[in-house]
Amino acid sequence: MVEALTIVLAVGLTRGWRSALIGTGAALLVLALVVLAFGPALGRIPLETLRLVVGALLLVFGVQWWRKAILRSSGFKALHDEDATFLEESEAARAQGAVRSSGLDAYGFALTFKSVLLEGLEVAFIVVTFGASAGQLGLAALGAGVALLTVLGAGLLLHRPLSRVPENSLKFAVGLMLSSFGTFWAAEGAGARWPGGDLSILGLLALYSLASWRYVSWLRRENVLRSSGHQVRV
Amino acid sequence: MRYLLSFFRFWYDFIVGDDWTVALGVVLALVLTALLAHFAGAWVVLPLSVLTFLGFSLRRASRRT
Repeated sequence: MVEALTIVLAVGLTRGWRSALIGTGAALLVLALVVLAFGPALGRIPLETLRLVVGALLLVFGVQWWRKAILRSSGFKALHDEDATFLEESEAARAQGAVRSSGLDAYGFALTFKSVLLEGLEVAFIVVTFGASAGQLGLAALGAGVALLTVLGAGLLLHRPLSRVPENSLKFAVGLMLSSFGTFWAAEGAGARWPGGDLSILGLLALYSLASWRYVSWLRRENVLRSSGHQVRV
Repeated sequence: MRYLLSFFRFWYDFIVGDDWTVALGVVLALVLTALLAHFAGAWVVLPLSVLTFLGFSLRRASRRT
């Protein structure tokens, strides 16, 4: 949501807050409807099947985040820079020309709606899958709502992008957690029994964290050796 | 048809992302886990597969860059 907030701020400050806030509100409404529509529907599926399907989806989705985070940490992918994004988006918004004083600014509305919807879909996906698998949809939605209000509140208070939020580290942690929970639920859904029950999630988290450290160290080493012109044997 | 393709492309990018081999690896590992479910150690299949496929994926990505 930090990335979406950067775009909302860029649009709000350059093209006016009315369209930016209406676009944000419309996207949040769509996201709430998605959670309300899919959450209870998933709750009707038998738990074992649900955990297999949802666990597999979470795992594939989580590994994607985790993989990108490792590539970012090792220098093979650019880090997110909210200040740079803010400048780019502000420039693009200004380039669209003057804003009419009356009526809705189509550019501002479309950009904020799309950004909040796309970024928010990731949150909605996590809320629905986690909430349904754990049988705690309300609590998952509440947690996401509190996080959203915190990010929005901080952004509106500061009136600038949240560039000091360690976004890359947060994404690393989220990728690890999604992968750990996804592994646990998917394997359980496939019929495996974990030693130690739910505590295995902590074991998975520790194993995946350790592996991340090894992968990042290996890739950083490769990056350095490649920069100095050496061929590396992996 | 174009909208349908865009719809599926969006969800493919959203869930699977840059490297489809990791998703395929997860599915294969789940099939193997289901086949071995009556053994006590079936749980090791998925985490080991994830780490292996992720390693290969990272190696490919680092060589492409």
